[in-house]
Amino acid sequence: MSRPVSYNLIQKPLVSDISMAEMPDGHQGEGFFATSLDKVIGLARKNSIWPLPFATSCCGIEFMATMGSHYDLARFGSERVGFSPRQCDLLMVMGTIAKKMGPVVRQVYLQMAEPRWVLAVGACASSGGIFDTYSVLQGIDQVIPVDVYVPGCPPRPEAIIDGVIRIQDLVGKENLRRRNTDQYKALLESYGIQ
Amino acid sequence: MALTNEHIKQRLIEKFGEQVGTFEEPYGMLTFEAPKEMNLKVLNFLYDDSELKFRFLTDLTGVHYPANTGKELAVVYHLHNLEDNVRIRFKVFTDINTPDVYTATGLFSAANWMERESYDFFGVNFVGHPNLKRILNVDEMDYFPLRKEFPLEDQTRIDKDDEMFGRG
Repeated sequence: MSRPVSYNLIQKPLVSDISMAEMPDGHQGEGFFATSLDKVIGLARKNSIWPLPFATSCCGIEFMATMGSHYDLARFGSERVGFSPRQCDLLMVMGTIAKKMGPVVRQVYLQMAEPRWVLAVGACASSGGIFDTYSVLQGIDQVIPVDVYVPGCPPRPEAIIDGVIRIQDLVGKENLRRRNTDQYKALLESYGIQ
Repeated sequence: MALTNEHIKQRLIEKFGEQVGTFEEPYGMLTFEAPKEMNLKVLNFLYDDSELKFRFLTDLTGVHYPANTGKELAVVYHLHNLEDNVRIRFKVFTDINTPDVYTATGLFSAANWMERESYDFFGVNFVGHPNLKRILNVDEMDYFPLRKEFPLEDQTRIDKDDEMFGRG
């Protein structure tokens, strides 16, 4: 069956050249606006995520398409793909991670500064995928905590964008104290981090 | 005169007599075996002989035949004569309990990594190898994964439903 092709049948007029993020809930009056710090920081963070691509195989090719002009991840505030873990907020692991690569992924994760998020793209990064074998890590969640899993083998760029939007959701709603909670520390402890 | 399989076979028998044997020609490629103690002598002869000139090591690998008692592990050399464009396959067999085979690194530098790979996956102990350690698998691995007694699947996985994988 051929894949349905959808054109932009419904023309959406461009309201403005600049697309604005929605305002958080709060109280406003003449000359002031009051809201909680969580929401402001969440708003800023979620719309300026710096992704760090960790691409090892075909999912990485899909990611290249995602970053290209056709799908354009930059529309979601992730314009700047960083290649230094120390500057990035979001680790995107795309592709099969062999057991020998496991310590490398972990090292990259450790080099990232808090707050940091992890997106596992594709079946291999999420669960080992078809590589049910002695040499492949059965999901990167065996070595680092993962926030969002994107299924697919490989997932289409739309699915990767969906994953990033779900990460944005988590980032925007995250409590500023979350990274200091005992629960979060216990999570890292379970991975032997810190 | 082109180098024919018959001629190679004849030269080998002239030199080594009964010690080389099991000549076969699967898909036209001359294949033979020798005792494992002889491997360097045979390789050197094939290399140095002015007619044979097998001076390129295409591949070196191991094979595990669990049913072949006393000769469980094979080491297979694929050699290439670049001048006449002739390839041959040379096998030695060893007991899995004493998997000691002389290294070919002195003759072919290419054998270095390929012998490390055969050690990594089959546990063939290449005597005299300069740096015999794992090359592809994690250093912590404590078995030789391509030996038949070890299952291919990852054994640490607990969420697997064997029926879904057709192993019910």
